[in-house]
Amino acid sequence: MDMKLFGPVIHILLALVISPLLMGIINRTKAKFAGRKGQPLLQPYYDIIKLLRKGSVYSTTTTWVFRLGPVAGLSAMIIAILIIPSGGINSLLSFPCDFILMAYILGVARFLTVTAALDTGSPFEGMGASREMQFAILAEVVMFMGVAVLAVGTGKISLSSIYYTLWDSNFTNIAPAVFLVALSFLIVLLTENARIPVDDPNTHLELTMIHEVMVLDHGGVDLALIQYGSCLKLWLFSSLLAGMAIPVRTGIMIVDMGINTVGILLISVFVGIIESGMARLKLLHIPQMLLAAFSVTAAAFLWVLR
Amino acid sequence: MTIYLILLALIIICAGGVVALFTGASYKAATWIGVASSILGAACAIFAAGSALFCGYHTSIHMAWQIPFGSFYIGLDPLSAFFVVTISIVCAIAAIYGAGYLKSYSGRKKIGAAWCFYNLLFASMLLVVIARNGILFLIAWEIMSIVSFFLVIFEHEKKEVRDAGWVYLVAAHIGQACLMCLFIMLAGGNGSLDFDLFSVSADKSALFMLALIGFGVKAGFMPLHVWLPDAHPAAPSNVSAVMSGVMIKTGIYGIIRIIYILGIPAQWWAYTLIVIGAVSAVTGILFAMAQRDIKRLLAYSSVENIGIIISGLGLWLLGLSMNNMVIAGFGLIGALLHLVNHAFFKTLLFFGAGSVVHATGTRNIDLMGGLLKRMPHTALLFGIGAAAICGFPPLNGFISEFFIYISAFNLLTCKVQGGPVEGGLIAIISLCITGGLAAACFSKLFGIIFLGEPRSEHAASAHEANGSMLVPMMIVAILCIFIGLLSPIAIRFIAPVVEQLTGSGNATVPLSMASGLLYKISLAGLSVVVVVSLLWWVRYLLLKGRVNTKGPTWDCGYLFPSYRMQYTASSFSLPVINMFRWIIRPSLNVEIMKGYFPVKGKVSTHTDDIFRKRFFNPIFRFVEVVAHKVHKLQEGRNQLYVLYIAITVLVLLLIKLR
Repeated sequence: MDMKLFGPVIHILLALVISPLLMGIINRTKAKFAGRKGQPLLQPYYDIIKLLRKGSVYSTTTTWVFRLGPVAGLSAMIIAILIIPSGGINSLLSFPCDFILMAYILGVARFLTVTAALDTGSPFEGMGASREMQFAILAEVVMFMGVAVLAVGTGKISLSSIYYTLWDSNFTNIAPAVFLVALSFLIVLLTENARIPVDDPNTHLELTMIHEVMVLDHGGVDLALIQYGSCLKLWLFSSLLAGMAIPVRTGIMIVDMGINTVGILLISVFVGIIESGMARLKLLHIPQMLLAAFSVTAAAFLWVLR
Repeated sequence: MTIYLILLALIIICAGGVVALFTGASYKAATWIGVASSILGAACAIFAAGSALFCGYHTSIHMAWQIPFGSFYIGLDPLSAFFVVTISIVCAIAAIYGAGYLKSYSGRKKIGAAWCFYNLLFASMLLVVIARNGILFLIAWEIMSIVSFFLVIFEHEKKEVRDAGWVYLVAAHIGQACLMCLFIMLAGGNGSLDFDLFSVSADKSALFMLALIGFGVKAGFMPLHVWLPDAHPAAPSNVSAVMSGVMIKTGIYGIIRIIYILGIPAQWWAYTLIVIGAVSAVTGILFAMAQRDIKRLLAYSSVENIGIIISGLGLWLLGLSMNNMVIAGFGLIGALLHLVNHAFFKTLLFFGAGSVVHATGTRNIDLMGGLLKRMPHTALLFGIGAAAICGFPPLNGFISEFFIYISAFNLLTCKVQGGPVEGGLIAIISLCITGGLAAACFSKLFGIIFLGEPRSEHAASAHEANGSMLVPMMIVAILCIFIGLLSPIAIRFIAPVVEQLTGSGNATVPLSMASGLLYKISLAGLSVVVVVSLLWWVRYLLLKGRVNTKGPTWDCGYLFPSYRMQYTASSFSLPVINMFRWIIRPSLNVEIMKGYFPVKGKVSTHTDDIFRKRFFNPIFRFVEVVAHKVHKLQEGRNQLYVLYIAITVLVLLLIKLR
């Protein structure tokens, strides 16, 4: 195999295989902080496999839109993974402004999840859909602003080349801006992946949920696809964050990839620590948190313009 | 040769309209003539424009005319040809749709007159984009305004329709007045109103501002959009589609044409366009989000899309003024492509809206729901339109927005060379917010109309649209998918225009970069389709032979769910509206429930157009007050008029005697 393809293909395989482990790590970290033994690290895999072996129960209200949601959601995540670089290693699909394609593909997934939720006719799912869309608007702006900072800082406009040059020796003077962007990206990660303090994946009250409530009616194979899709989404954002936050590029592909993967796993631990350390915010405060993240990226923008 | 073909097209369309007018009340004859002449005319026009577009040559024909300064001077260059093709495709398809849509009016309305106005609108739009003489242009522009006014007041027995028509007529003529000044100033140099003889002697910036206002009223960007959310819903859906899809684009044509005539732009023009684009896009989609009337929502979304197009044009100008052809080329490709894309998906959505309104008898989406089961084909096609307008890959909306993004990001990275970064940042942030809001708005629109359970009797008894309404929707949907998946081919249609508007030879770099990019995007789009089909197949294999049951939606243990408990459009959009209430200022009326056993509670929300309420209404009220005062001079009493005459004669005598 061509060496240029080797790195990206390994990254995609890693993402497809390891991503459910991230959920396991988060849960394990939370259990440790709570003084519990916690579920096995591989529990997300067991869950997905169990769900894949089940039949289906569909609401009589639903149509093909409801069935399309999980399938298209997972497909979108797989395509989006093709676009993101792993640390300094180029991605499989890289071209100028590829992050826009990535963001819009995530948008497709969200659109279809939301319409699938509305297809059930359930007021709870409508509520979740409405909130998901509201927060996504802000999260997307923060993300674009962050990428704009990196683009101005590095003078590059594709994710792979941005990440490749990010920690180049010439660019150490943009380091403060990059860390500010990484901070706001962490908030985007928590929002997009429905983690505390934005959303509580373990809550048992439908009224308070955002993401989980949208998939209340999905079960069996569909739910497995959704859960796997959200694992991939967590991997995607963690990989973007790790590539930004870890200032090491050795130039040796295997080492770089190893560092990035360890970084991704560490981010999961960190998410677990955040979840153990704080409660979720009031819904009305989430836009404020995202606006704060936006201000942080705006500050970073001023830094790179200086 | 080709120029005669387009003349023939004009003649066919106009003749068809006139004949349709005289078919009397016969629905069938008028419709046949109207549709046939539209399609035949469109075919001629597309053939003529297509050959002009691909051979890249400029043809014109110049005939003398009795009007001072006027001449029947028409021409086809790539820019005109591009608009001719877009207009012809949309008008021909909308004619087919109209045949099905207008059926329900037969007997009640003069269908022949409707077809006559429709064909005249088509012909006048063609004439607008090919006219090369100021007088001819203004006449065509006026005909376009007047006949579309008659189409807007098609259902003139309703008061709100008449009001909408009135606002439209006033707005159109304010624009027309600016255009007259513009052309007079342009002709000032050497006294000719032919486009190629214009000598720009007056202040270029003043000319640009006049063009921006004059054409902007038609294009409908904020804050000149006020006529649009009233007029588009009032018109029949085939006409709404044409107005929203192509008629407002003639305003964009005008702006591009004038900038092309004026030559190298000043940088502040570019900033003006970028800011106008950003404001229109964001506020347009915010107001769309707040609407419950399906067609009004779509009209506001046109304001949004015009904003996106204007942003692209702004980046084009910025690139030109910086002499950076990558930025200019990408901005222009984005703007032109979005213009075509919007023409297609907005037409599709207005067709869908027409079918839905036809089937349910209401425009209020809070009374709809569950229509996917009752109108499966319309729902699928409407869904494609909704996804396309949100800019989702692999559909066409993504391609055009992508080019505007990439132009803006190129501008950002120009920082090293000391370029202006603000313009790029404004464009990126506004496009991004617009994208998020559009996704929210159209998931709401599609979800509330077609999914869930019916929210009223009307929705429950809805029926699928007839073939004449479905086939046109299918054609436009296929066009949307085609441009999305096969964009490297689609871009060839606009390449000649880009070459013309960036100066010869300058477009080569951006165009070759663009087609390289588009191959990768098409690849990504195709892989989305492939992966979805694969996973769907896997899902099918897994579920085959297992226990697959049906049941009610999970209701959290509540035993008596009813359709009224579903989320409505208003409740879905409330969080977003509240987040942006400082811009759109919705009003909320709550009747608080009182007592231990409350009987009645009531909540109603309403979103007025702030520009109309806070900006235009005060101005027009002032005009009204002044007019009333002046009115005292002319009250219709003959004695008074005789007195005026006597006084005038007296004054003249005194002056003479002095």
